[in-house]
Amino acid sequence: MADKILEIRDLVIQYTSDKDVVHAVNTIDLDIEEGKTLGLVGETGAGKTTTALSVLGLLPKQQSRVPQGTVMLNGRNVLTLPEQELRKIRGNTVSMIFQDPMSSLNPVMTVGDQIAEVVKIHEKLSDREALQRAKEMLETVGIPGDRSVEYPHQFSGGMKQRVLIAMALACNPKLLLADEPTTALDVTIQAQVLELMRGLKKKFNTAMLMITHDFGIVAEVCDEVSVMYAGHIVEHGTLEDVFDHKRHPYTQGLFDSLPNIDDRRSKLKPIKGSTPDPVNLPSGCPFHPRCEYCMEKCSKSFPEKRQINDTHYVYCHLYDETSEDQLKYTEQEG
Amino acid sequence: MGDVLLEVKNLKKYFKTPRGVLHAVDDISFTLERGKTLGLVGESGCGKTTCGRSILRLVEPTSGEIRFEGEDITKADKNRMRELRRDMQLIFQDPFSSLDPRKTVSQAIEEPLELAGLFPDNDDRFARVLELMKVVGLDERLVNTYPHELDGGRRQRIGIARALAMNPKFIVCDEPVSALDVSIQAQILNLMKEIQEQLGLTYIFITHDLSVVNHFSDEIAVMYLGQFVEKAPSEELFENPLHPYTKALLSAIPIPSLHNRRQRILIKGEITSPIDPKPCCRFAARCDYADDRCRAEEPKLTEVSPNHFVACHQVK
Repeated sequence: MADKILEIRDLVIQYTSDKDVVHAVNTIDLDIEEGKTLGLVGETGAGKTTTALSVLGLLPKQQSRVPQGTVMLNGRNVLTLPEQELRKIRGNTVSMIFQDPMSSLNPVMTVGDQIAEVVKIHEKLSDREALQRAKEMLETVGIPGDRSVEYPHQFSGGMKQRVLIAMALACNPKLLLADEPTTALDVTIQAQVLELMRGLKKKFNTAMLMITHDFGIVAEVCDEVSVMYAGHIVEHGTLEDVFDHKRHPYTQGLFDSLPNIDDRRSKLKPIKGSTPDPVNLPSGCPFHPRCEYCMEKCSKSFPEKRQINDTHYVYCHLYDETSEDQLKYTEQEG
Repeated sequence: MGDVLLEVKNLKKYFKTPRGVLHAVDDISFTLERGKTLGLVGESGCGKTTCGRSILRLVEPTSGEIRFEGEDITKADKNRMRELRRDMQLIFQDPFSSLDPRKTVSQAIEEPLELAGLFPDNDDRFARVLELMKVVGLDERLVNTYPHELDGGRRQRIGIARALAMNPKFIVCDEPVSALDVSIQAQILNLMKEIQEQLGLTYIFITHDLSVVNHFSDEIAVMYLGQFVEKAPSEELFENPLHPYTKALLSAIPIPSLHNRRQRILIKGEITSPIDPKPCCRFAARCDYADDRCRAEEPKLTEVSPNHFVACHQVK
């Protein structure tokens, strides 16, 4: 078994305002091994970005609370590290690519200087050496090095996202958090960027947390996938586990909501209702008001974790009575 | 040939910019039958939204003809246009910014009815509002809520109810589900399809999401830099794409399945500028098959098999 780069245990994150408590993340476990990519899938407000921010120690101090849990990054709990230590880690051990490349770059600084800035914070390099590194990084992501003197507005959206990837990888981090990195891009550009990320991941052996709402992207770049709903990871497994042997009704619902490209006559089967308000989560299993298999106990208690095999687990009352043997995959399913 | 509702001929919309003339929509022609859906796909900046809006004359076309039920609406005066707008509506992309935050659900849906002077009696009008809410699946209890209290899916339902208020014949849907989560997206797509069948509506469905357009449209037109590069019935386009751009676009869709993965065709570079385009194939700079002719002469949209049109020198 390879070393774990990220190990999150029993993590709970809440945001507080004057009168309300927002239950953003509710007791999740999450592991990423060296060089592997985990896809974190869920809809708006599921807690995906909050989870990623906690890894960077970037949760807003005034408004957030972490009543329990640990976030072990490379063997150290980032939740207890002082700000000074966190600063050494960010951009070095772990870095993040944000969704919107248009607003993540400094408009009054050349892209070369912006990348060099990251390098200089973490490594003892002269200005010239840092700039040289910046140029090399730009080349790695497919941008000619001499464009390092240009400003962000001179780049297109796809190019800006490449610059951000170059910046994130400049110090060769062990873990890359990618928050919907291609959502703002057109499909053909998205294909280029995904191809690039796949190549770089191999080259630098970087582990990655890929936050997305698109199972298509998961199928292309991830090794494992966690499905998140209302702050819970409701199902987790390898791609094969989740794509071909999905167990949770929410996972099933997400797949059924997607138009099937090979069969245009198939009718979409949406999930009824809408995502719950994290201030006021439903009792028991938070998915029960939308679930077509909802039983009485679903509104009363949150289900136990059921391990289906070594890599696949699910939280759902449907499988409370199912024996171990029945949970295993049968031949016909595959 | 069925009953033609809309016929667009040589539609052009140019914008003057300090750097030259921007050809947003450049010589587009098509016909659309009643009750059908034409999907308009392309990447940002290819002119799909401008195309939709010029058809409704929300931006004034530079030249061309738009025949709606036989009448050339580019010649209609202001009053006539007001009447025509009842039949031609628009659903916007972003349900967050297209609704007035100070209007309740019922006020928002009532507004178009009031403006048109339909239902002068308050009670009748309110009854119509409730009827519309029912059609789009909004609970009656939401009648006095404000947009900020509602999620994206419900807000988009308000947008649809507003568009339906005048009993239109034709709706331009500009990326109606792009801002929504997948589970909600499916709800809205199903709703729009049901309404279409019930009311016999004709749609132009603008989107960048090819899997959605495939599901939704009878015919698909692929746009690149202001022009149609290929147009065909949906099934035909997906099974037998001919234009290199269409092929690349289709292969770029990430497929949510581990089986039957397709060969990805990556196209190099990015969309070029629509300002003062040279008289050549606009895709030539990014195309693997481009030859001298492609760089010298603009290909015409030609019918290569029944109802399948393509603009490419390399397709014989």
